Amino acid sequence: MTIPAPDPKSVTGKPLVIDETVDVLVVGGGPAGLAAAIGAAARGFGVMLVDENPVSFTTMGDEVPLHFGQGMAANARNRNAMMEAFVASEPRIAEAFEAGVDVRLATACWGLYANGPALGWMPGLVAGLADEERGLLVRARHVILACGRRDMGLGFPGWEKPGVMGATAALSLAVRYGALGPRQVVVLGSGTDALLTALALRETGVAIAAIVEQAPEAIGDPALLATLREGGAEVLSRHVVREAVGRDGVEAALVAGLDEAGKPLGEERAIACDGIVLAVGATPVIDLLDAAGCKVAFQGDRGGFAPVLDRHQRSSVANVYAIGDCAGIWTAKTRDRAVCEAEAERAVAALGTLPAEDQAPLAPAPECDISEYRLAWVRASVIEARAGFHVCQCEEVSAREILEVRPPRYLDWRDERRNDRSLAALLGDGPPNPDQVKRLTRAGMGACQGRRCREQVAALLALASARPLSAIALAGYRAPTRPLSLAMTAQAPEAPAQSEHWDTWFGMPAQWRPFWEAPALYTVATNDAAGPAASE
Amino acid sequence: MSEIKGASVVIVGGGVTGLSAGWWLARDGVDVLVLDKGLIGWEASGRNGGGCSHHHSPLFVEEQRLWPIMDELLGYPTEFRGGRIRLAASERQMALYGRALRNAERQGCASDVLDVRQAKELVPLAGDTIVGGYHYRFGGHANPHRTLQGYAWAMQDHGGRVLQHVTVTGFRSQGGRVVAVETDRGPIGCDSLVLAAGPQTGRLSALLGQETPVQSARCEMIVTEPLPLMPIGGVDGNGLYGRQTLRGNLAYGGGPHEWLSLAEEGTPAKPTTPLMLPIGKRLARLFPKAAHARIIRSWAGVIENTPDGRPVIDRLTSQANVVVATLSSVGFGLSPASGRAIRDLVIDGACGFADISSFALARFAALEPNWRELQGWQVSAAKEALSA
Repeated sequence: MTIPAPDPKSVTGKPLVIDETVDVLVVGGGPAGLAAAIGAAARGFGVMLVDENPVSFTTMGDEVPLHFGQGMAANARNRNAMMEAFVASEPRIAEAFEAGVDVRLATACWGLYANGPALGWMPGLVAGLADEERGLLVRARHVILACGRRDMGLGFPGWEKPGVMGATAALSLAVRYGALGPRQVVVLGSGTDALLTALALRETGVAIAAIVEQAPEAIGDPALLATLREGGAEVLSRHVVREAVGRDGVEAALVAGLDEAGKPLGEERAIACDGIVLAVGATPVIDLLDAAGCKVAFQGDRGGFAPVLDRHQRSSVANVYAIGDCAGIWTAKTRDRAVCEAEAERAVAALGTLPAEDQAPLAPAPECDISEYRLAWVRASVIEARAGFHVCQCEEVSAREILEVRPPRYLDWRDERRNDRSLAALLGDGPPNPDQVKRLTRAGMGACQGRRCREQVAALLALASARPLSAIALAGYRAPTRPLSLAMTAQAPEAPAQSEHWDTWFGMPAQWRPFWEAPALYTVATNDAAGPAASE
Repeated sequence: MSEIKGASVVIVGGGVTGLSAGWWLARDGVDVLVLDKGLIGWEASGRNGGGCSHHHSPLFVEEQRLWPIMDELLGYPTEFRGGRIRLAASERQMALYGRALRNAERQGCASDVLDVRQAKELVPLAGDTIVGGYHYRFGGHANPHRTLQGYAWAMQDHGGRVLQHVTVTGFRSQGGRVVAVETDRGPIGCDSLVLAAGPQTGRLSALLGQETPVQSARCEMIVTEPLPLMPIGGVDGNGLYGRQTLRGNLAYGGGPHEWLSLAEEGTPAKPTTPLMLPIGKRLARLFPKAAHARIIRSWAGVIENTPDGRPVIDRLTSQANVVVATLSSVGFGLSPASGRAIRDLVIDGACGFADISSFALARFAALEPNWRELQGWQVSAAKEALSA
């Protein structure tokens, strides 16, 4: 008996066209990624290291990959100078080149694919890469993700104004590139990470006008706080920013105190500044991990949603590792790069060995309960805001619209009979799901891919349902985790069999035969599977 | 024990088909309860192209009648927009897409054949890559997730109920009738049962003594950043289905599917693949003036197909009070009509507005037992248990 031919319209027999194959792909050229790449090369592996930085001025303007808040100085337009500054800012980049690592800068990884229960088509681990000219697919035996961190967005009226930006973006512009626009800033958040950011900015000549903290007391390292105070920074605990004011950009932050219940008091004060730095919650960049199917979980001691790892930094997907900030953020790691370099060493030592039974050791206890802390910020700044504003800036969705699950404004849907469909009606018997709310309100569906609003949306849902942040599911990530132009996809080569058999849908002639021609009995033997097939 | 003891009609599966049926029943004052293993609309119903132009189907006439009035009937926005343009990038495509005209004309729907100049006038993003196209003066497209939520809310407005996060573990039969659905939250009594559980429909109907043959597969779509609105958003072709959403995004899919072997229950993972690239490539060819647009998302859906790809909407012969429904991977657009057909089968015993004899299970009476293998619907993904 002959084996029947596979369905010609399925993926079977349509191999992906792989551009390059490597032993080890490292994504991210920070301290962790560089240590891993250099270490793996020393073990004799062929290593490719990609880092999307320096990203172009246009990409920064789109808030990718960080919340740059249009805070780039004019010199960020100079690609060559940015590249030189980037390489000069991290001596181990040169060391990696010398160690034989195939280092590719200004090259983003926009997708990571691994076979699993619902996918068998991949020829191994496959990563999608793109520089400014072309995209390519790379197959790797091992992938080490060292994708770093980004910042939780925190809205208030005027937070869309140029100059309101994430701490990681501000640090990167100021310290790595010398290209930060704002010269005098207000920093939101007083955790040690926030204070370290403020001090690093100050070293580059940026004046720190104030540290604003909603909690009753500043929560970070007192010694750092004292240094900042001595340098002239006001420390305003139990305060929030009520509004960022200014014509074409931030000119001042209007701040107000909070009462015992965390509600803003009426009296406001303007602090002159041209930048507001959001440092209330650094979170691991897990987009590739989640898209590849690696298990992630909310871990309060690791900065929020972080991958579940074994003691060798392995994720739940075979041969995918996470190191550095994307594996979890805690203060000791921020303060000493030796911590993430040790993670890199563990991952490199484990390449080619079997998974360990035990999980990664617990991270040190955090300075505060990050769920309570972040929820308190969102309550004081977003819920108690004295005017509406867009939590999701791309799709222009306000907090109220998110909580009322309002159809988006482009629909101009006003049916007053049906204005009772608030979040409570969606809740049913489970916790609110950010993906569901996203699809109905469009919050988080814009071109910045939710980088500025997803943590706020999760916090709003947690507050509305009186649950901790850990009870709110992660809004899923999908490739491309960096925007990718259609023109770039058009260069991708494809298997001839794929072009030949491409169909709009399943390509089953019987499916589209008009009902008046459908046979009374269907069998495979009597079916004309070779009939004209262009699914309608 | 469940907090809900039962309902007159219990519908297993909160996708568009089950929810539309629930809405039609609730409109008639029937006590209806829709069960879902997770969140409603979390599978194929919320992950499709939103097309509403199924001229090959016996439900076509009703589909066309209902879509333009769905916002009003439901009381919630579906984002429906009428009309559809299909562009061909080769003479072969032009010939294949033309078959729709004959089907539609026979049922009283007109279309125009477009030359390149006319096509470019109607479709601002099109260019010289096309050879022509068709303007169907029927059909259209809607927003799947919004429509689905509209069905659920409208059904609730009429007194229907939804129970999410409940797993059906079996059925209790008495005298050839299902009297209760067994769930992980206790038994739920019913006078009638509707199975509209997508990929799970085959397994569940087999528990009732009559398997509905289906096999699951994964398909993918991409979405770009918003672009200026075209006068008609329902434009596709060149091997793609999809639409420009009312927000301006281009949402398109097509290309090879992967057959899957689903574990018994649970929510399947829905990973995407680099198929995004060849979909994007064809979209750039369909709309050369959108080549600069950036893809900002992709997604995958798991859908089921019957052996001939045609729906099953039928009463089981093994039980007196069970209606089974799978729309076989083409369910969204037909949902206003399929729900009504299911309502008719439950209440009246037969569909009163269309001849749906081609949806009968009896057509598989002589189906080869190894039909999956014979059709080459091979599964290559790991078969280990799915993690929730």
